[in-house]
Amino acid sequence: MTTLSDEAQLHAFEARIARGDKVEPGDWMPDRYRQQLTRLIQQHANSELMGALPEGQWIPYAPGFKRKMALIAKVQDEVGHAQLLYMAAETLGKPRVEMIEELINGTSKYSNVFNYPCETWADIAMVGWLIDGAAIVNQTIMQTGSYGPYGRALKRITYEEAFHLKQGYDLVVTLATGTRAQRDMCQEAFNRWWWPTMMFFGPPDRQSVHTEVLQRWGVKPKTNDEQRQIWLQKFVPKIEELGLDIPDKGLHRDPDTGDYVITQPDWDEFFRVINGDGPMNRERLALRRLIYEEGSWLRTALEKRDLLPRAA
Amino acid sequence: MSAATAVGAAPTLSPDAAALDDTTRAALRAYLQALGDDEMLLGHRDSEWTGLGPILEEDIAFSSMAQDELGHAQVWYGVLHQHFGAPTPDAIAFLRDAPDWRNAQLVELPRGDYAFSLVRQYLFDVAEAIRYGALAESPWPALAEAAAKLRQEEKYHLLHGRAYVERLGRANADSRLRLQRALDDLFPYALGLFEAPDGESALVARGLVPPSAALRAAWLAAVVPFLQASELSPPVVPDGADGWRPTVASIEGGRRGTHTEHLAVLLAAMQGLYRSDPAAVW
Repeated sequence: MTTLSDEAQLHAFEARIARGDKVEPGDWMPDRYRQQLTRLIQQHANSELMGALPEGQWIPYAPGFKRKMALIAKVQDEVGHAQLLYMAAETLGKPRVEMIEELINGTSKYSNVFNYPCETWADIAMVGWLIDGAAIVNQTIMQTGSYGPYGRALKRITYEEAFHLKQGYDLVVTLATGTRAQRDMCQEAFNRWWWPTMMFFGPPDRQSVHTEVLQRWGVKPKTNDEQRQIWLQKFVPKIEELGLDIPDKGLHRDPDTGDYVITQPDWDEFFRVINGDGPMNRERLALRRLIYEEGSWLRTALEKRDLLPRAA
Repeated sequence: MSAATAVGAAPTLSPDAAALDDTTRAALRAYLQALGDDEMLLGHRDSEWTGLGPILEEDIAFSSMAQDELGHAQVWYGVLHQHFGAPTPDAIAFLRDAPDWRNAQLVELPRGDYAFSLVRQYLFDVAEAIRYGALAESPWPALAEAAAKLRQEEKYHLLHGRAYVERLGRANADSRLRLQRALDDLFPYALGLFEAPDGESALVARGLVPPSAALRAAWLAAVVPFLQASELSPPVVPDGADGWRPTVASIEGGRRGTHTEHLAVLLAAMQGLYRSDPAAVW
């Protein structure tokens, strides 16, 4: 009993988005919009949850009260973000448990960066600074997108990420200005994380398959290359100021536009890692699966509404 | 607070610990060390759930409790630092070997499964709430003020612990069994929370802290009926009109520096990086 033809619905939908209206859960939306957005939010939620693993494993080793408590708080925020984002995705009709099952059986993706190892304490600094910095660039843009619940979740998330970025930067500065061993540790971690950070925003626009319609529908307001450029403008000067050596020897500024031009990272590696063959994919997913299976008794017990009667 | 655990009969003392006699100072120092060490290690164990929790909600809850407990340790170490010339809280926590720790063995045990961690946290939180309630009225201001502040946070832990213990005790046979096993394993260690720190009797005589035996009775009176109402069986028999007597021996020694192997392993992990260069800023 549709009152409008699909074409007219779509037309009205696109007009709303062009006006800057937000789409809310009960509103009509094209199937493809619903699918793309579910995929996007679900992947974002997965990324928060998977990101908690490499960082969480360093909590027991964190040196000193300040770092220990800050890292617990940070990873806790990430788990909280996952919770918030799964709720946002649920407004599009997919239950959380289904999404977590898709994550652990490998059918739903998460950010590739979490398939790289955190070999030393300095890697925690780099993830907190470079990767959280990249996430903020991405999320600040995405929160202007057309889907109301996602935008609102992202607003809260970026607010908290700003603290993580501050902590991450503080940690990098501490190591970069510390003892010889700390400075070496810092540079080595930076070398490891530079290329994954470049890949964080996804392949160059000319290779990216999803971008055009997602932009028109306000799902993805800026392209991968645009986001990467924003990050470079923000971070390269700070990296230079800290005296860290950037492993991309070809990095330079375009004299006309002022844009940074990078040497393209190994995109074959990027696609290999996305498809499951990265340094840590198997291990991270196996751990997530183990946690899920070990929690099964708890979920079953908590689902039960009526408790057993008391004996006395 | 029950009359049995009452302190504070004495008038408020000078906040300056230097004004206390040597015996009292030494005993107070040992007492504060025990309080801080309990909190520090439980906070560490709780944080082993961060990012690895069985459900997102409990991942988040244990991370909050971990931060609270570590914060409490920092407060007690801060009092030691400020009033007793002890090193900084970081140095107290990250540069001390196992025999110098005065925690009850309960908190050094590995985190176990979720049921184990939940039951441990509950048993500990009830003990803390009772202890801090009594200490909040201590005539030594630094102790009273810190205890009054920290007990507020323990309240939320207790709400959480009671809700989950009761729910899981009564949800189904499987969850009940898991909690019961945890309780069986933990109860003797939980009794060890009430092993008196060195010199406690001198502090009790001056009304500065409650006697551990009274805290233990108050703890039993709080946890036993609650556990039983949650369909769990704590190892106790009735003792007198409203008391309980454990049928298992208390596992003690922690307050004198005797620990399980788990503490040394925990410290090797927790302190390793910090100790790799204690002079460095981390």
